[in-house]
Amino acid sequence: MSLRRLAPPEVQPASFAFNAENTEWAKATIAKYPQGRQASAVISLLWRGQEQDGWVTHPMIESVARMLGMPFIRVLEVATFYTMFNLEPVGTLIQVCTTTPCWLRGSDAVVDACKKHIHPHEHTLSADGKFSWMEVECLGACVNAPMLQIGSDFYEDIDGPITEQMIADLRAGKDIKPGPANSRRSSEPEGGATSLTDTALYDGSIIGKYKVAAPPQPALTDAEAKKPTQAASDRESPKQKPPGAAT
Amino acid sequence: MLADKDRIFTNLYGLQDPGLEAAKKRGQWDNTKSILELGPEGIVDIMKKSGLRGRGGAGFPTGLKWSFMPKEVKERPHYLVVNADESEPGTCKDRDILRHDPHTLVEGCLVASFAMRANACYVYLRGEFIREREALQRAVDEAYAAKLIGKNNINGWDFDLYVVHGAGAYICGEETALLESLEGKKGQPRLKPPFPANVGLYGCPTTVNNVESIAVAPTIIRRGADWFAGIGRPNNTGTKVFCISGHVNKPCNVEEEMGIPLRELIEKHCGGVRGGWDNLLAVIPGGASVPLLPKSICDDVLMDFDSLKAAQTGLGTAAVIVMDKSTDVIKAIQRLAYFYKHESCGQCTPCREGTGWMWRVMTRMVKGDARVSEIDLLQEVSKEIEGHTICALGDAAAWPIQGLIRHFRPEIEKRIADFSRMAAE
Repeated sequence: MSLRRLAPPEVQPASFAFNAENTEWAKATIAKYPQGRQASAVISLLWRGQEQDGWVTHPMIESVARMLGMPFIRVLEVATFYTMFNLEPVGTLIQVCTTTPCWLRGSDAVVDACKKHIHPHEHTLSADGKFSWMEVECLGACVNAPMLQIGSDFYEDIDGPITEQMIADLRAGKDIKPGPANSRRSSEPEGGATSLTDTALYDGSIIGKYKVAAPPQPALTDAEAKKPTQAASDRESPKQKPPGAAT
Repeated sequence: MLADKDRIFTNLYGLQDPGLEAAKKRGQWDNTKSILELGPEGIVDIMKKSGLRGRGGAGFPTGLKWSFMPKEVKERPHYLVVNADESEPGTCKDRDILRHDPHTLVEGCLVASFAMRANACYVYLRGEFIREREALQRAVDEAYAAKLIGKNNINGWDFDLYVVHGAGAYICGEETALLESLEGKKGQPRLKPPFPANVGLYGCPTTVNNVESIAVAPTIIRRGADWFAGIGRPNNTGTKVFCISGHVNKPCNVEEEMGIPLRELIEKHCGGVRGGWDNLLAVIPGGASVPLLPKSICDDVLMDFDSLKAAQTGLGTAAVIVMDKSTDVIKAIQRLAYFYKHESCGQCTPCREGTGWMWRVMTRMVKGDARVSEIDLLQEVSKEIEGHTICALGDAAAWPIQGLIRHFRPEIEKRIADFSRMAAE
């Protein structure tokens, strides 16, 4: 667990309001869920609020609670539980993945670059107030390790010098290219894919090739469901029961 | 090696257009109506016969899971929830499906929802996958525009698909925590029973499936259960997307046959282990949650559920993390211990307190600042956490450490002895 608190009152702004576009968007988002279940939209709304203002503020939480008819405490719980909500101003936040797969490929050098060019400590604004960095847990791009996330984009297959260059470019107001920093397109092996090279996959010849057919044997009976096969997790398999069974 | 024509995710690398027209050319949305004409029982039957086991980690048979849903819709609607909260360290397969082959998933959602008599499906992505979310939403919008899904669509089953997201909590990959999060609460797992098939999202019958399990379904049904069951080994059938990361020359994702030897997987697709096979130290074969394997076992182990279980580990999400001899293996596991400490939801005491305790002990063991007897203590405490929590995160936190002690105990003891000697001098 991580201990997370709202920023102190002196940092909090006086009020919060979604802009016109986001208000429309919020209505559409709430409509995704059944009547009376509008609380489901709380993560989406807080996230949109964070995109608008840069961080999650106390007035924002109050405002979202009113929009969704939720008690303040329930929204506060969500804001402090989910670690992607920034509870204080962060500037341009550089999130460096340091979990084992990235660490094995050299994420320490990426962290060092951030320490050198932003601030020796994470969660702290740089001297110019524009940047901060933090270590995050696995971001799910492990075959492109090490990697970091800035805003919506992943920057993959990086190392220390590339990170330093990226920070310098951002400072200078230049655009940086998301995705792998080496010659890869995405997650294929570097130097060219070892599979999916058959051009017949892509010429449309597959359309209509396979006809759906019911299997010849009679369907399995419902009793089959009561005999779970061995699952990989021991804890899961013996406990599975068909619905309606006595609990 | 699996032939390209038997691969399901033909645009895994995004070298082709992910859009609808190109997806159709790759064989997706190919007469989906004929799949639905099989009826729910027919579809579930094919899924059972195919032997598909869930691709999210636990390996529960997918067809069986679908059959748990009530056979008729009463006052409570049915829901399909797709778990795209891919956060297991080492795993990045769903990401490629979401951004490069999203139509496999959209079509799979329609087929699976029909099989479970659900008219609405929520796909829950992890919050960090922002571009992936946009890619999936584009595919969903295309499918709506082409009337493939939605009300009165051409496939004849009213169906709405919603893309929703979390905000950075590993625990929301646990199915009941995901449902809690989807309801707008903290992602803390629920006690089972009742199972989601009975009381799930909004108290309604719900099935939660991994992205890959859902996305392979249309192809399996189209090509037949026998085709899928003919790939791999008995009880471990079909194809699987493997993610190979760490100390290999060319880390990559690749779709391969279940039961492929680990060594063949690494050498054929990843250019081998850095410094050669003999430079291998250990492999975590199924994502951070499963115990690691030393090289001696890696030499001939097969990559499927049963083979890895026999080797006292698991296939998990098939995320292979390779470590060569330069690795400080204690530090590698200590980093995972930190991960679980960070991601524990705080609901059950053994996990909330235990993950932090194990991390602190592991941190000392990285330096060697510990007693030899503490290795046994660590093992014992990990056993006290395992199985004593609501969800499997406690188990997942305990297993990597148990694996380390099982296979690398001499390494830990040596570290402790070295530290004591240094301190004495």
